[in-house]
Amino acid sequence: MMKIFDTAFGIHEKALNLRAQRMEVISKNIANADTPGFKARDIDFKNVLNNVERAGTMQTTHAKHIGQAANAGSNMVYTVPFNTALDGNTVDISVEHAKYGKAAAEYQATLRFIEGNIAGVRKALRGE
Amino acid sequence: MSIGNIFGIAASAMNAQMVRMNSTASNMANAGTVGGSPDDAFKAKRPVFQALLHEHQLDQGSQYLGGVKIVGMVDDQAATKKMHDPGNPMADKDGFVYGSNVNEVTEMVEMMGAARSYQNNVEVVNTARELMMRTLDITKA
Repeated sequence: MMKIFDTAFGIHEKALNLRAQRMEVISKNIANADTPGFKARDIDFKNVLNNVERAGTMQTTHAKHIGQAANAGSNMVYTVPFNTALDGNTVDISVEHAKYGKAAAEYQATLRFIEGNIAGVRKALRGE
Repeated sequence: MSIGNIFGIAASAMNAQMVRMNSTASNMANAGTVGGSPDDAFKAKRPVFQALLHEHQLDQGSQYLGGVKIVGMVDDQAATKKMHDPGNPMADKDGFVYGSNVNEVTEMVEMMGAARSYQNNVEVVNTARELMMRTLDITKA
């Protein structure tokens, strides 16, 4: 019966989590724009989501099992800088800003999908 | 809680930039001071930034992985200005005083850099806050 809530959001539930993680990574880059030797990083979003989809068949069969969460941990990549500062910092602040803005828009897009799903479930429950 | 972490990360960066701005203000304020020897003369101070990349660094201040931390202040190595001013009570036996090594132009650039980086992080916080509010509104869909 509760199946409807498990599957209602589809991939978007995991995607939202990932998008938030990506924003965190970019915010770290912006925070360290003046730190000597800091290397800018990013998440290979497509790769992570592919892994999640492929591994999506894993089930929790015990109360203490932890459900699979999308995790960016092993899919962090170093960004290739346009030019490196003399102090070894590879953050291109304008690039990171653009990325952050785009990531925020993508987060909102995923949010919009989930809102649509919620509205759908609600409509079904009302049964009008 | 990734969106929540963004606030802490940006806050650590804003804090670091504020220290940088403060040290610039201090350098500017002391630009005209003199000392009786090259060692006594005021040296421009600069903070050293470090990224918090590892768990073991977290107990030393910031609680957010990926934030910024100030590991120390270093003196500018530029030479102090030697000036002949026998009337000055600070003057050495040959009548010389030693002015600070503060370069006003460098300090202005530092100040503008710090202000701009601070603004960048304010922008990050604003966007994160907006997204957080929108996520809370999801229940109204």
